[in-house]
Formats: sequence, C-alpha cells, structure tokens
Amino acid sequence: MNTFAELIIVFIILLNLVLAVSGSLSVCIRLAAIQGVAAGLLPLMAVGGMRGRAMAFAGFIILLKGVVFPWLMFRAREKTGARRDVDPLIGYPASIMLCLGAFAASSWLGSRLPLPHSGVAFIIPASLATIFTGFLLITTRAKAITQVLGYLVIENGIYIFGLALFVEQPLMVELAILLDVFVAVFVMGIAIFQISREFDHIDTDQMAELTDWHRPEDAKW
Amino acid sequence: MLFLLLSLLILCFSALLTFFCNARQARANFIGASGAVVASVVGLIPIVKTLFRPAAETLSLPWPVPMASFSLALDPLSAFFLLPVFILTAAAAIYGVDYLNADGKKPLGSAWAAFNLLSASMVTVFLAANAVLFLLAWEVMAVSSFFLVIYDHEKAQVRRAAYIYLVAGAVGALALMFAFCLLGAQSAALDFASFKRPEGPLAAACFLAFLLGFGLKAGIIPLHVWLPEAHPAAPSHVSAVMSGVMIKTGIYGLIRVLGVLSPWEPWWGWTLIMAGIVSCLLGAVFALAQHDLKRLLAYSSIENIGIIILALGLGMLGRTMGMDQLSALAFGGALLHIVNHALFKGLLFMGAGAVLHGAGTAEMEALGGLAKRMPRVTFIFVLGAAAACALPPLNGFAGEFLIYLGAFGALNGPTNIVLAALLALTALSAAGALALAVFAKAAGMVFLGEPRTSAAANAHNSGPMMTAAMTLLGGACVLSGFAAPLLILPVSTALGAGFGLRTTLDFSGGAATPLIYLSAAFLALAAIVWILAEIRRFFLAGREPASGPTWDCGYAAPTARMQYGASSFSRPLTDFFQPLLRKTLNMPVIAGYFPGKASFSSEARSVVFEHVYAPVFVRLRGLAYRFSWLQHGRLQFYILYIVAALMALLLWKL
Amino acid sequence: MEIIKPLLQYLAVLVLSPLLLGIINRVKAFFAGRRGQPLLQLYFDLYKLSYKTPVYSRTTTWLFRAGPIIGLSAILCALAALPFAGRPGFLAFDGDFIFLIYLLALGRFFTVLAALDTGSSFEGMGASREVQFAVFAEPAFFLALAALSKATGKQSLADMFLALEPASWQAAAPALLLLTAALFILLLAENSRVPVDDPNTHLELTMVHEVMVLDHSGPDLAYILYGAALKLWFFGALIASSVLPRHSGSWFYDGAAFLGMMAVLAGAIGAVESIMGRLRLIKVPYLLMGALVFSILALLFQTGR
Repeated sequence: MNTFAELIIVFIILLNLVLAVSGSLSVCIRLAAIQGVAAGLLPLMAVGGMRGRAMAFAGFIILLKGVVFPWLMFRAREKTGARRDVDPLIGYPASIMLCLGAFAASSWLGSRLPLPHSGVAFIIPASLATIFTGFLLITTRAKAITQVLGYLVIENGIYIFGLALFVEQPLMVELAILLDVFVAVFVMGIAIFQISREFDHIDTDQMAELTDWHRPEDAKW
Repeated sequence: MLFLLLSLLILCFSALLTFFCNARQARANFIGASGAVVASVVGLIPIVKTLFRPAAETLSLPWPVPMASFSLALDPLSAFFLLPVFILTAAAAIYGVDYLNADGKKPLGSAWAAFNLLSASMVTVFLAANAVLFLLAWEVMAVSSFFLVIYDHEKAQVRRAAYIYLVAGAVGALALMFAFCLLGAQSAALDFASFKRPEGPLAAACFLAFLLGFGLKAGIIPLHVWLPEAHPAAPSHVSAVMSGVMIKTGIYGLIRVLGVLSPWEPWWGWTLIMAGIVSCLLGAVFALAQHDLKRLLAYSSIENIGIIILALGLGMLGRTMGMDQLSALAFGGALLHIVNHALFKGLLFMGAGAVLHGAGTAEMEALGGLAKRMPRVTFIFVLGAAAACALPPLNGFAGEFLIYLGAFGALNGPTNIVLAALLALTALSAAGALALAVFAKAAGMVFLGEPRTSAAANAHNSGPMMTAAMTLLGGACVLSGFAAPLLILPVSTALGAGFGLRTTLDFSGGAATPLIYLSAAFLALAAIVWILAEIRRFFLAGREPASGPTWDCGYAAPTARMQYGASSFSRPLTDFFQPLLRKTLNMPVIAGYFPGKASFSSEARSVVFEHVYAPVFVRLRGLAYRFSWLQHGRLQFYILYIVAALMALLLWKL
Repeated sequence: MEIIKPLLQYLAVLVLSPLLLGIINRVKAFFAGRRGQPLLQLYFDLYKLSYKTPVYSRTTTWLFRAGPIIGLSAILCALAALPFAGRPGFLAFDGDFIFLIYLLALGRFFTVLAALDTGSSFEGMGASREVQFAVFAEPAFFLALAALSKATGKQSLADMFLALEPASWQAAAPALLLLTAALFILLLAENSRVPVDDPNTHLELTMVHEVMVLDHSGPDLAYILYGAALKLWFFGALIASSVLPRHSGSWFYDGAAFLGMMAVLAGAIGAVESIMGRLRLIKVPYLLMGALVFSILALLFQTGR
C-alpha cells in the first residue's frame, strides 16, 4: 500500500511539472482535475483506510474535484469565450526549472520543519511543491481564469498537507476548506463572467487600466 | 635546484642578448629560441626527478629588500606545475621561429626578450617561497606578457586588448598585495613557510582577496573579461603559453594559499563550486557564439578553468565534510586536467596560429577547406579538438573522468554533498556536450568543406618548425592519453605536497584501478579501429572508388557560401541561450521581387564587459576627469605642490 | 571461464542487434496495415553494401573515410564493457559508464566532422541539430545513471544491475520508474526515432541523423548502419537490465529472459513510433529537458531515503 501511495505522490509531482509548462487551457483544467482525484485517493492508501466513512468522504472529494470544479471552469471558459492558449510568460525552460527547484526547496524545507513523520515519504515536499505550482500558475499566466485554476491547485496542495498532518480526523478541516473553495470558485466564476461582459476580455495584463492612481504630472491643476 | 637556477640564468641571459639584436632577425630568432629550448630541457631534469622521487629542495639567499628573501622552494606541487611550463615554452619557442618570421619591420629581438623573460618569471612564480619575490615575479610576468600582447600594436583592437589586460593585471596584483599583507600581519616575515591561518573573519577576508587576485589571473567568470581580448591579440605562440600555463599560475597560487588557510569553511568550497559551474557553462556558451577562432579558444580556456575550479571546490567541500575519497579524486582530477589542458590548448592555439599565418585571417566565416592546403595541421588540430572535448583515448579524458568518479562516489554521502555532486555532474556533462559543439564548429568550419573566400583557397602551409612544434604537442597528448596511469605517481606526490599525505594515499588507491582499466580499453579501441580499417580495405580490394561532387539535391550552381557557417551551425544553441548571450543580428532588408545583394551579420559581444565593467569604468573615468585640473602642465605649480607637501610633513612631525 | 561467457555474450550482441531494427520495422508495418520488410532485411542490406563501390565527394578528405570507422569502433568498444543480462562484459570497473558515455560522444564527434567534411548544407543542418540535442541529452544520461548508482550504491554498471532485485523495485519504485522513463526518452533521441527524428524520410526538414550520413556509400554506409543497430542495442540493454530485476542465477535463463525483454522493447519502440508524430524541432530540446527533469527527480527521490 505504501508503494502505491508513493506512486500517487510521484504522479502528483509529475502533474505539477506538466501544469507548469502546459500552454493549453483545457489541458490545464483536466490536469488540475486529475490531480484532485489523485489527492482524493490518497487517504484510501493509508493504514486502515478502507473504512466506510473514509470511502464516502473520498468519493465526495473526488466528485467535487474531478467533476464539479472542472465543469464550473469549463462553463466559465465558454461563457467568457476565452482563447485556448495560456502559454507561460517566462518560457518552458524557466518554468520547468522553477518547478523542479521548488520541489528541491520543498524537500529541504520539509526536512527542516518539525512535522510528524508519516509513513509515506515525500508527502510534505509534494504538498509544498503543489502549493508553489499553484502560485506559479497564478503569476505566470495572463488570463484571469488560470488564476482560479492556480487557486484550485493550491487547494490540492493544502489538502495533501492536511493529510500528512491529520491522519485521523481530516474531516472537519477538510470540509471547511472545501466550502471555502466551492464558494470562491462559484463567486469567481460569476466575477469573471461579469468582467468579460464589461471589458470584452479577461486579460489581467490589460486590467492594469483599472487603477485610478494617476501620476502627478497628469493631474490638472 | 641548481639546474633550475641554471635554466633561469639561461633564460635571462638570452633575453638580454636578444634585446640587442633587433636588427638581425635570424640571430634574434636563433638566440631567443635556443635559449628557451635549452633552458626548458635543463629545467626538466630536476622536475622529472622530483616528481618520481619526491623530495623538497629549498634555496635561500638574503636580499636587501625589506621583508624579502630570495628563497626558492621546489616541492612536488611546484614541479608538477612546472612540467607544462617547460614543455610549452620549448614547443612555443620552436613554433615562434617560423611564426614571427614573416615580419620584416617588427622588433623581433624585443619579442624574444619578452618571451624568455615571461618564461623566467613564470618559473620564479612557481618556485618562489617568499611573498615579495612571488609578487615581483608576478608583476614581471604581467609586464612581459603585456609587451608580447601588444606585438601587433598597429591594430587598434590589439592596443585596446593590451590596455584591458594591463588594468586587469594591476587590479589582481593589488588584491594579492592586500591579501599577502593580511597573511603577513600575523607572522614576522613574508615567507610562505612562516604564514599562519588568521583568526575568524580575517581568514574569510584573506580567502576572498586571494580568490579575487588569483581568479583574475586564472580567468574565472566574472573576472575573465581580459582573457578573450588579450589571448587573441597576442601572437599565437604567446597565446599558447598564456592559455596553457600562465593562467595556471592563478590556480597554483590558490592551492598554495589554501594550504596555508586550512582548515576551510564549507562556504569556501561552495563559492568555488558555484564559480566553477558558472565559468564552465558560460565559458562554453560564449565560445559557441564566437566566430573568431582564437577568441573561441580563449573562451574554451575559461571553460576548462571553470572545470578545474569546480573540481577544487568539490574537493574542498569533501574535505570539510570528511569525504576523503571525493576530495582526493576531485583534487587529483583537477591537477591532471591542468597538465592535459596545457598540452591540448597549446596545440590548438598553435593550430590557430598556423591558420592565421597561412590564410591571413582567423575569422571562421571566411575560412574553410584548409584541410587540402595544410593536411598535417588539420590532422593535429582535429586531434587537439578531440582532446579538448575530453574524448577517449586522448588526454583530456582522464582528468574529467576522475572528477566524475569522485562526484559519483559522493552520491552516497550527506545531503549537502549529494546536492553539490548533482550540480557538478549536470554542469560538467552540459559543458562537455557544449564543448563538443564548440570544437566540432571550430574544426569543421576552418578546415573542412569548401573554402569560403579566396584567402582560404590560397592559404599556404605552415613551415617545418611550426609543424614540428605542433607534432611534439600532439604526440604528448596521445601519449598522456594512453599512458595516463604513468601520471598517477606524479599527481599523487603533487597532491601530497599540496593537500597533505592522506590525499596521496586516497588518490593512489582510488584512481589507479580505473585508470589502468581505461588504458587497456584505449588499447582495445585502437585495435578495433585498426581491424575495421583493414576490413574496409578488404572490402574495397580491387575496386576504385568513384568520385563526384557532393550531393546537392539537383541544385545547378552550389557555392561555397551555401555551406553551414560558424554562426548558423551554432544557431540552435545560441538561440536557446539568447538571454545570456544577448547577440545582435543585422538582418538584411529584402524588398521587391528580385532583390540584389544582401548581407547578414551576427555579433555576440562580451556581456559581462559591456554590462558590468564598462559602466563602472566609464564612471571611474568621469570621476578621474574631475581631478584633471590638477594636471595643467605648469612647472611652477608642480614645484609649489612639492614645497607644500614638504611643509605639511614638517608641520606634522613637529 | 571468464573469457568464454563474455565472448559468447559479445558475439550474441554482434549477431542479434540488426534483428532489433527488423522487429521495429515489422511492428510499424503492422500498425500501418502493411506486411513490411523481412525481419532479416538489415543483414541483407549490410551484405549488399559491403560489396558496393563507394562514391566519394571531391570535397571530402580523410576525415570522411575515417568517420564511420571511428564511430563503429566506439560503439563496439562500448559494447565490450556493457553488461549482458546483468552479467559483466569484458571490462568492468568503477566508473565504466562514464567511459561508455564518452565513447558515444567520440562517435558523435567524428560523425559530425565527417558530415561537415562534405561541405553541404544538408549535412551541416543535421550536424548542427545533432550537437544541439546532445547538450540536453548528455546531462540527462549522466543523471539517470547517477540515480541508478545512488539507488543501488554501486559505481560500475555490472554491479548496479546485479544489485537490482525485486526488493529494490519495491523500495525505490519512483526513482527506478523515472530513470527508466528518462532512459527511454534518451533511446528515442540518440537513435533518431520518432518523435525526435524520422528514420525513414530523407527530407531535410525532418532529418537529424539520417542527413549526416547522406553522402556515405558502400562499406562506409554499412559501418554506419551496423553502428546504428549496435547503438540501439546499447540503449535497449540499459533499459532492459533496469526493468528486469530477476536474477535466477542461471546464465542461460537470464540470457533468454534478457533477449526476450529486448524483443519486447523493440516492439514498444515500434509502437511508440507508430502512435506518435514527430515533434517540432523547437520542442525536441523541451522533450530532452523533460528527460533531464525525470533524472533529477529520480535522484532527489533517492536522496530522501
């Protein structure tokens, strides 16, 4: 069982790498969904994981992350008519090296933090790396919808981190986080729709115009 | 020791003699070259003896200069570094006889005087056991090489390169003086034997100052900016000596002071590792973007220095973490690579000189097809290029092999070391593959294919002396490749002198078996090549191969300019590394349906120089101009300054 | 006994390696609905080429004639040191894999020089791409072997493969999977398989390796084709030895299992070639960087233990 859990962790890390470099929006959404499903399967691999309550919970998570969130994202994408490409602003080599460096740094960090040792190796580094990949997605893509995606990936990471810490009762913690995320995605979906309706695009680059700080020389006295 | 003193005397004496022979070129050639060759042979005798039968000899004469003594010490480490000095000096001297001969108007006597003086000062640097003597020899080395670099002073580019070289040398010497003063402040005299490690932060300051001074001479990025300017500007036999041995004086100095500054901090090893990684990767990338052959070879020297520094850093880190096997193999690999690099880089620069001498240009975009005009030079250059890529069975492989072996062995150690080994392995392998691209480009564009200009088509072959010198070095490359186990003993004794006895034992234990197996494998490789050649001859027996033009896909009029050129060959890689290279392209403007002639050029200027040093120097010059009002040329005011200074001193003393 | 078994192994490799290309071509033909070339086609080609009179371009020099010889001898020497079914070859010493990788680089160097010797833009194009791919492939190769060395704690290829057991797969599964994937990508890159290069066409847009040997003919071309088959065996043997950790102790059964695994691997290569299309040239370095990242990850996964 431990081996399978490790393989799932490796799979999650590889998904992070592909997310960091992928330039297609639908691929990114699907990858984030697969990552969520894999994260949901993890607690089943733990010791004594096949109990009824855990299975129901895992099923719920998988449904939410694997079906509901992608459906919401795809719907937002259609409504806003977003283009397909979300190439990283910093290029392929830089993205992949950053993601790899993040994993190395997370491994180092994980060995330094005073955390309880779980049976599965690399679960802390994987979670921190996933959180970092989410941040990478938010900062290196130009579309607003990928920022929501980044937030989802961060949530995957936090979930895995929580798994590592709370082996027995992740339920309450997880439900709280999930509710947060659900509301956020829902609200963000509506917000994106409204933004796109107002401005005809959801390019965050061009939304810098929204600021109303003017330079002193522009001010008319 | 007596022999070494004798060789020093021969060098200085022949320098003096040739200085007065400017008018008689043949005589200057003869005296200068024979002085260098005889001195080298004389000097090699005690060197070889010390390397195979380790002993330390010292010689100390009093000297009226304060805090100085004329003390020379020959221990196996100095002997190891002196080995390539003498070999290259002799080879370069033989080469220089034919190379410098074409000029009727140049002061040959002064050039030979400077050359012999350079060799004498290098020998003194490696033998010096007193800081003042060391610095004096260091400065003589810098000044004599300056006079050699500026040999072609009619060209503005050469003058600029020599000026940059002079400034870099001055900054380095300043850093060294500061560092030696720091070391000497603890002890009474400035003798190497009496140096002790300073306390606490002073040791770190010492290390950094020495790294700055010796790094400037060795050519570690970002202190390398003088190297790609000075080495191409100098005459080729001087470039061979400079690239082969002069930059190694920096490495030698670093090893000596590290011996004084032990025990080391871990961050010192990490600094050297990072400097080595940056140097080897960036050196190779910059080399790839060059289209002047000698500049490409200069950057390749920077890359190899990076490999040596990386190995030194790995060894230092291994020693501080208690991994003795790693440190022995890394240090040993560095030392071995120092000698091997001297041999093949000297060879390559001599080949570039033959090209420059024969075709009149070293610009790769204008060359090509020289293999038919100078076949022997081509063969030796390809041999040197293969050695530079660290390809078996030639000599460049052994040093890098030991460094790799050390890094692989270190993978089982603590996490710090594994990380260092991981970085080192990635950098070494990437730099090796980049070097392969660099040298395939150098050898291919210059010697192979069709000549791109008439200069290349009408190139003349090099003279007998030049070819003899190159054959000597080529033979040395092949020999030290196949007979690498013979060098284990000298390297271990040198390691013992430089790093302690434990390193000697670890090195002999760890390196002997693989190197012996490697030699056996090299012999097997040579045998297989011979067998395959015979089989091919058997298949072709009785049949005459047909000849025709290169297949051109039916194109009616192929020209030599349609071949892949230097910049197009490296274009995929230089495009990938564009953020580092910042190369500029001058694209042709093609308008209309039947455009006429157009031209394209690309240039990769020195990024570090343009963006780091040039702004600083411009600021400094602006600052200095503020004080130019002090230099007005009026004698009365100068006398007034002197009087004012005297009055101030008088008042201060009262 | 030390000479007989390595000699038999070596001879088996020399005789059987052209069969791999035959299997690959047959699998590709099967996917395309064709019948395909005979399995032994390469043997017939080698025989035919050996007795053809070569045509040499007037631009070429001794390097053009020496290139194929040196390339083939490099891979022949490398195979002498390669383990067969986990058993050592003629040579086995600490750090032998470093020597093997550099032997491949020797072959590459002289192939590139022979290509530049013709003075043709086609060969120059292929040479330029070949050296570019090597810059990304070599670190990946070194680091994959570094991960293997760390997983098994040994520094000689034969020792590494001998130390691989089913238990080590269980203990170090992620690292071994990742480095096998990296080695597979490297196999595709170094042997000019789709998706890195197309071994079948001779259009300059798709060529990397095929175009470098465009002007060779006769026995030289025979050497090159045979060398390519041996190189494919080299990389295949590395992957097969990593994947097959079972050492039953009998030389015969291990050898048979190893040969079977090589045939399966050849089939897998054929399948991959048929399913995937060739990547755009700009993306090939990215693929190789992916292999590098796999190797680094494999090494990092081993470090945490």
